Amino acid sequence: MAEAASVQIATPPATSAAPIAASARGLWREFGELPVLRDVALELHRGETLVVLGPNGAGKTTLLRVLATLLRPTAGEVSVLGCSLPRESWRARGRIGYLGHEPLLYRDLTGAENLRFAARLQGLGPGAPGRIAELVDRVGMSRRADEQVRTLSAGMVQRLAVCRAILHEPELLLLDEPSSHLDPEAAALVEPLLATAPDRARVLVTHEVDSGLAEADRVLALRAGGAVAYEGPANGLSAGDARAIYGGAP
Amino acid sequence: MTAGSEARAHPGRRRGVSVDAFKAILAKDLRVELRTLQSVPAMALFAITTFVLFRYGLDRTTLSGSLAAGVLLATVLFAAILAINRLFVAERDEGGFDAIRLAPVDGTALGVAKAGALMVYLLVLEAITLPVFAIFFLDSWSGLPALAGVLALTDVGLAALGALVSVIAANSRARDLLVPLVLLPLLVPVMIAAGNAAEPLLAAQGPDYGGIGKWLGFLALYDMTFIAVGFAVYDFLLED
Repeated sequence: MAEAASVQIATPPATSAAPIAASARGLWREFGELPVLRDVALELHRGETLVVLGPNGAGKTTLLRVLATLLRPTAGEVSVLGCSLPRESWRARGRIGYLGHEPLLYRDLTGAENLRFAARLQGLGPGAPGRIAELVDRVGMSRRADEQVRTLSAGMVQRLAVCRAILHEPELLLLDEPSSHLDPEAAALVEPLLATAPDRARVLVTHEVDSGLAEADRVLALRAGGAVAYEGPANGLSAGDARAIYGGAP
Repeated sequence: MTAGSEARAHPGRRRGVSVDAFKAILAKDLRVELRTLQSVPAMALFAITTFVLFRYGLDRTTLSGSLAAGVLLATVLFAAILAINRLFVAERDEGGFDAIRLAPVDGTALGVAKAGALMVYLLVLEAITLPVFAIFFLDSWSGLPALAGVLALTDVGLAALGALVSVIAANSRARDLLVPLVLLPLLVPVMIAAGNAAEPLLAAQGPDYGGIGKWLGFLALYDMTFIAVGFAVYDFLLED
């Protein structure tokens, strides 16, 4: 059972008329005997951003991997883009963009080769080379796209990983610390590519509470151990409130 | 219309892009192998070194019959294990499993592409090592074309079963032990059939083609069985 938040939020829950992009009820995920997510509930509509907050070990990355269809829920109901997981995972795949801690790029291929490979897996058509060139240019990697990934810096690899995650114009973006390794200039290049859109929903995992709340329509705060501390609208929630709710540093 | 929506050929997201995914994964693996030379050169070096060891260990300048077949097939088998151990390394260490599971493709495409890549490695290995084997051990080369056919049929079984065991072992901490421990017992029937088919082709008095048909048939049946098993289980093996 989720624990009640100790901080009261005055603003009533906002409701959206947009279709639901992702939802979960009673979601549990265990690794062996160890529960990592405990009775998590969430709801996210298209056009919205859900920011997931919590200390290390709260299960944020695990939640993102469950929504990405990479991990099966141990118990509970999870729906992504109208597909019930894990039964209909295959219907949701290709409509999700996932940017996790690993760039999911082969180190012995060049950036361009990696993106062409991803485009073929996603079933993109003859317009794929144009799309790849456009994205690589927008993240400022045109001159380095033909170099092997193993020779690039972590920030450059992250920029290519952003291209990979959005290459197929996903309807749901799952972002785990997307600006990690990026300098301010690179972060500014990448930010508009990962921005929300009317037909796209985002789940953003971040430790930067202030900037996260600025982008959030809804907030899910997890305590260490994976229990929900707060799930609801972001308006009216200050950074101090959020930290107090999940037990982070004030 | 954006470049991305122009690029998207299959907005319906179905499991119908697996053939293209198979080709993409196979091409990627062969490109990486050509660029890094991680598997095939090691396999070839291992095989040639093993022939040298047999030549001086057995103190024989010529081999024939079952002994020649045994030396050749055991060498190919152990060289294959080097590649099988490495088959899913990039997928495990560089996120390839996740990248493929995030795409709307059947996991079978990955397994079949890996078996295809292993088959190519084995064919290249044998193109290099079969002449070396002949130079080291054979008086007559007349049985080599038929022997190459037997090896190709053996390679299909090695590739089908090797890829299957490799994907099972990929996420295990003891994967380097697991591959030979699981694979070798399963390959005993392949080695028996291949040995019996190769033995008359390497006879001292010249190749004898009579009687190898039943062993080739057995090899083909075994190959088809494990190809079918792979098709049935790859998608499940790649899931969480």
